[in-house]
Amino acid sequence: MSVRLSTRQVGDVVVVDVSGRITLGEGSSSLREAIRDLLAKGNRKILLNLADVSYIDSSGIGELVSGYTSVTNAGGQLKLVNLTKRVNDLLQITKLYTIFDIYDNEITAVRSFSG
Amino acid sequence: MAEDTAPPTRQIERYLDSRLESADAAEEAAIAMAREVGLDEEEQHRFGMAVRETVVNAVVHGNRYNARKKVHLRITAEQNRLTVTVTDEGEGFELESLPNPVAEENILQQSGRGIFLIRTFVDEFRVRRATPKGAEVTLVKYARRG
Repeated sequence: MSVRLSTRQVGDVVVVDVSGRITLGEGSSSLREAIRDLLAKGNRKILLNLADVSYIDSSGIGELVSGYTSVTNAGGQLKLVNLTKRVNDLLQITKLYTIFDIYDNEITAVRSFSG
Repeated sequence: MAEDTAPPTRQIERYLDSRLESADAAEEAAIAMAREVGLDEEEQHRFGMAVRETVVNAVVHGNRYNARKKVHLRITAEQNRLTVTVTDEGEGFELESLPNPVAEENILQQSGRGIFLIRTFVDEFRVRRATPKGAEVTLVKYARRG
């Protein structure tokens, strides 16, 4: 199963529900394109809900970083919510846990966006 | 005379196409072997991911998706140890030349975490130049029994 993405608006935050596998190829390029599209449409508050991500590889991690950089450079914020244990472990191992703003529940995450 | 109860060594060998789908096949085989030597589910996952990342490197950076080149995968399961060799037909690479992905200056780089994760997930990691060309990567994972 490859990655599936759907977006919904919660206040002024766009929540991207990500499910499936974020791996090199279709999985990682889909995520990249989704974030690019959201930025192009003027969205600057983006929350990635990773609750149903079953697998992520080094390329998928790279896409999360790339998304974070793109959104930050555009003056926005990209945050993560509902990490599975495996995604959480990978972000710890790669020390990206200190870079990303990570939340355990969506309500708190949505409220955390400033402005 | 003591009876030898050690399970036999099992080995699989594949010549994989230089496509990303080969990483799926390699990972699946690796997880099956890891299950056989008694790794728990999380260790199976990590071992499978290490093999996936190694094959992806061979396909992408070694063989550069060249349809005429193959990735040679061999996984050997012994009583308490899994040994994997992945050999490509590329130009080879120097481990020392790879930047440290968790160094502050590299933390926001998009790529460069594959080998770091492989090294984290296995007990031994070696790279040598293959003959006549390419890189041969060896991973060893020990099954620890309580």
